[in-house]
Amino acid sequence: MTIAQPLIQARGLVKRFGDFTAVDGIDVEVRAGEAFGFLGPNGAGKSSTMRMVGCISPPSGGELRILGMDPVRDGPAIRARLGVCPQLDNLDPELTVRENLTTYARYFGIPRRVARERAAELLDFVQLTERADSKVEPLSGGMKRRLTIARALVNNPEIVLLDEPTTGLDPQARHLVWERLFRLTQQGVTLVLTTHYMDEAEQLCDRLVVMDGGRIVAEGSPRALIEEHSTREVVELRFAADSQEAFAGKLDGLGERVEVLPDRILLYVADGDAAVAEVTALGLVPASVLVRRSSLEDVFLHLTGRTLVD
Amino acid sequence: MVGLVLPRLVSFEGAPRRSASVAERNFTSLKSAYWLVLFSGFLEPVLYLFSIGIGVGALVGDLTLPGGRVVSYAAFVAPAMLASSAMTGALAETTFNFFGKMKYMKLYDGIIATPVQPFEIALGELGWAMIRGSLYSAAFLVVMVVMGLTGVGAAVTAFPAAVLVGFAFGALGMAVATFMRSWQDFDLMGSAQFTLFLFSGTFVPAEAYPAVLRWAVELTPLYRSVHLIRGIAVGASGWSWLLDVAYLLVLTAVGLLVASQRMGRLLYK
Amino acid sequence: MADMSVAERVRPALPRVPALAVLAHYLVGYRRTWRAGVFSSFLLPVLTVLGFGVGVGAYVDQGVGGVPYLAWLVPGLIASTALQVAIGESTWPVLSNFRWIKTYFAQVAAPLRIGDILAGHLAFVLFRVFTSTAAFLVVTALFGALRSPWAVAVLPVVLLLSLAVAAPTFAFSAWAPSDSYLALLFRFAVIPMTLFAGVFFPVESLPSGLRQLAYATPLWHGVDLCRAATLGEAPQWSVGGHLLYLAAWALAGWLLARRAFRRSLVV
Repeated sequence: MTIAQPLIQARGLVKRFGDFTAVDGIDVEVRAGEAFGFLGPNGAGKSSTMRMVGCISPPSGGELRILGMDPVRDGPAIRARLGVCPQLDNLDPELTVRENLTTYARYFGIPRRVARERAAELLDFVQLTERADSKVEPLSGGMKRRLTIARALVNNPEIVLLDEPTTGLDPQARHLVWERLFRLTQQGVTLVLTTHYMDEAEQLCDRLVVMDGGRIVAEGSPRALIEEHSTREVVELRFAADSQEAFAGKLDGLGERVEVLPDRILLYVADGDAAVAEVTALGLVPASVLVRRSSLEDVFLHLTGRTLVD
Repeated sequence: MVGLVLPRLVSFEGAPRRSASVAERNFTSLKSAYWLVLFSGFLEPVLYLFSIGIGVGALVGDLTLPGGRVVSYAAFVAPAMLASSAMTGALAETTFNFFGKMKYMKLYDGIIATPVQPFEIALGELGWAMIRGSLYSAAFLVVMVVMGLTGVGAAVTAFPAAVLVGFAFGALGMAVATFMRSWQDFDLMGSAQFTLFLFSGTFVPAEAYPAVLRWAVELTPLYRSVHLIRGIAVGASGWSWLLDVAYLLVLTAVGLLVASQRMGRLLYK
Repeated sequence: MADMSVAERVRPALPRVPALAVLAHYLVGYRRTWRAGVFSSFLLPVLTVLGFGVGVGAYVDQGVGGVPYLAWLVPGLIASTALQVAIGESTWPVLSNFRWIKTYFAQVAAPLRIGDILAGHLAFVLFRVFTSTAAFLVVTALFGALRSPWAVAVLPVVLLLSLAVAAPTFAFSAWAPSDSYLALLFRFAVIPMTLFAGVFFPVESLPSGLRQLAYATPLWHGVDLCRAATLGEAPQWSVGGHLLYLAAWALAGWLLARRAFRRSLVV
């Protein structure tokens, strides 16, 4: 595989369900060895895109090439080289941890003996060796997710698709999953993941796109996106609840942008401490002040809005 | 034949069944299909009555009961269908639903946080099962009267008897449910239920069984229920029905007692 | 991936017969759960032969068309048990594979086609039917209820019958919006079929409209063939006609099921 050729290439990719357009003409290129993220609120079109890349959802329009092949015509051939970790675990609860891997390996035409060795290796990788002969049902959410990830790796895939890999996991479990995924990228596996967790995107992705309403609204590395769509620092000011609106007017012109929320005011500035000094100079006394570095979350909320999506 | 009780037994196997219990909450709140299931519940024993009572009855002809009374095969089978459907309905409602709600839905953990006591929950569940079962029984008795398989007076007397049968198996079911460890146990219970259904003097008089089997059969609750309702429906004389009623009353009381004791222990742990 | 050699030896390809890999999956699971099914799919039918066949048979003086009731009933019970197992395995398990444990979604993410997923699961249903029917046959032979060596022909017949009912049931279960619909299928199709399609008494004693309905059910065709086999007599209808009719159900069911699966899995 030459580095020049992207593993996944989408141009003007569209997915429609009846009158509803879930994915509205996106251009994406994923290159070998990178960790690529789709970031967006619920309903942004991330999962629909992932399903098209997974070759189980024919595109309604545009062009899509995966590993240089056509997902509609070459579905099985492409899927043989993909690993898929769905949003909801769909392990077989009747089987043991090990059998979940070995039976799945058979779907890839992997010989029984190789499948058993591969299963042992992967169980070690996801730290489930001790539970190899346990049934799936009593496993914790984190263990099930790790097993699902192991199952996605059973065919030694070139691309691993992960749909919200850590949604619903507790902090320890999330960090363990991140650590394992990071090791995969170190080994040169290409990761494509969706998430709505900013910290996850910052942790895992070399490059990501922000999706909203079926379109791509921004693209770049986490760092570049923060630089492009936010300021270096953010100042969070809290005032007594009823006086918020009154103060807000006086802060206009401070920094690049002022955002008034029901419970606090955000100042997007290059230098947080300097901005705080200016606020004090204006004679305003906030109930609390917090200066922090700008995060992907600020970019995300700026681009996709604060309205609750459900 | 395998059909009567089996749909409830074989249909839930292993994990699907466990998951079914979780999903169950969703479809109880659900639309027409569930209500159709509920309302069509009385259809099953009626279909059995037509198939076995009338269809097979045409091959069997009339039966001479031990008392010397001659009845049509349909009139002989109908009371047994009534008794066994009262059993099946009451057991399904109290065991399957109760177990699912307690183990998987944690519904009762929410309820015992209120002043409601475990025993009252049990009675509430049983009450709902009995309302539903009694409506089915009443409908079935109407069918029997219309088909000329029993008289109006006998049907009116048989109704409370059918309700009593429901209570006895409902109470028994609740007690049994507290001993259930997993869904696998339901297969056992279902098999026991089906065996009772086959061998409780349902299709042939118990007198036709070999002596040992016959004595064993006469001790089972379904046999007593069939005996009670059949006696009323065909107008048998004598006092043996008193034994049946006493048996079922004791079963109800013991079942409720065991259920309430065990539930308290399971819930307040 | 400490040892890359294993990973390197993993050369994903398409399995030679993908449906067999799917069947293997179900068999691995069945190795753990078969005991639970022994009661319902084997012992209970045998008890039915005892409790109903032998018991009621003693009261049927004339037999049915000169055949003792037990010998007449047993092939019907074999066919209806096969039907029950086939439909039981094609309802809740299929719904669950879509809605609860979502096995099909895991399978479609692998290099399997819709037809492979469907064929593999159907093959497992047939396996279940085959084993329980074979066991049932042996037991009824011990009862002396099989009167002809043609009885072995029952096995292929029930497999065809099972395919004829399982395939459309797969389509129904894939479509069913909730599992209440499966209960309705049993109540309005499976149980009436079992009771009135010639298993317990001859279809000829049904009133005319209902009789035509009974003839239309796949079960009646299966029962007639099984009965002909165990009694060693010619069936009421031509063998070829029966087989074609059942094959038509199987084919139509397969097409419907494949469409229903595609609708749910590839969207």
